[in-house]
Amino acid sequence: MLIARVIGEVVSTQKHESHKGQKIMLVQPLHLDGSNRGDAVVALDAVDAGIGDRVLLVTEGFSAMTSAGRPQSPIDMAIIGVIDHVELVE
Amino acid sequence: MILARVVGTVVATRKDPRLEGKKLLIIKPVTPDGKDEAGYVVAVDTVSAGNRELVIAVSGSSARMAEGCKDHPVDTAIIGIVDTVSLDEPLPKSGKKG
Amino acid sequence: MFLARVIGRVWATVKDPKLEGQRLLIIQPLTPELTETGKRMVVADSVGAGAGELVYCCRGKESSFPFLPAEVPTDTCIVGIIDEMHVNRSKQTPC
Repeated sequence: MLIARVIGEVVSTQKHESHKGQKIMLVQPLHLDGSNRGDAVVALDAVDAGIGDRVLLVTEGFSAMTSAGRPQSPIDMAIIGVIDHVELVE
Repeated sequence: MILARVVGTVVATRKDPRLEGKKLLIIKPVTPDGKDEAGYVVAVDTVSAGNRELVIAVSGSSARMAEGCKDHPVDTAIIGIVDTVSLDEPLPKSGKKG
Repeated sequence: MFLARVIGRVWATVKDPKLEGQRLLIIQPLTPELTETGKRMVVADSVGAGAGELVYCCRGKESSFPFLPAEVPTDTCIVGIIDEMHVNRSKQTPC
């Protein structure tokens, strides 16, 4: 899982059946210092996160599909937690 | 599997119900000789690892084969605490191997 | 999944039998600010996307799931056409 920030929302009418009724978010993965880690990605939202929230992003298919409640569907990433805080050793 | 060091903790109240009661640790990959590598990942801890400890983590769908992770949304799991690492030959200067 | 724009199409006569009837499109991955990022690639299409459209794509084994029970050998697939996007990078909720 990665730490990421929700930076936006995507509106789509014509999409795969399994994505209907789901929130589709734009999510920017972060480094531990808070800087951007690579490009922003598109993920389904399984926990009702909002724009600006720091979230847990799961990047493996089965985990993403089942947390969105849609097994056997084309979902490779999902938001599965809203982070309250991160504690770092150093 | 990767060798990694525990460098932090993530606390999340609102999360997938199947993650409840699971400890989420931030781990940083290290080379076999103990040097930090770039990047990090948030992993589910199945062996009660502590801060700064050297651990073995497994990622991808195999992470769900870890103890207590069956059918859970887990993409990386900590599955062992490393006691020692021994290398038959020193790593090449470039640092990366295998 | 990631954002992309459809920039072309590929036709192939000789191909894996399981690819028969599949539309193969060329896409350019984009950032939310719509600048180009990464390499262009050939993808399968499950939603009927057309030239120039903004889409989002699924990567990996999961990208073949729209075609089940057919087992299409694809590693990236368009799974939605984007109507609108709202991006706000400045907002950060306190935590």
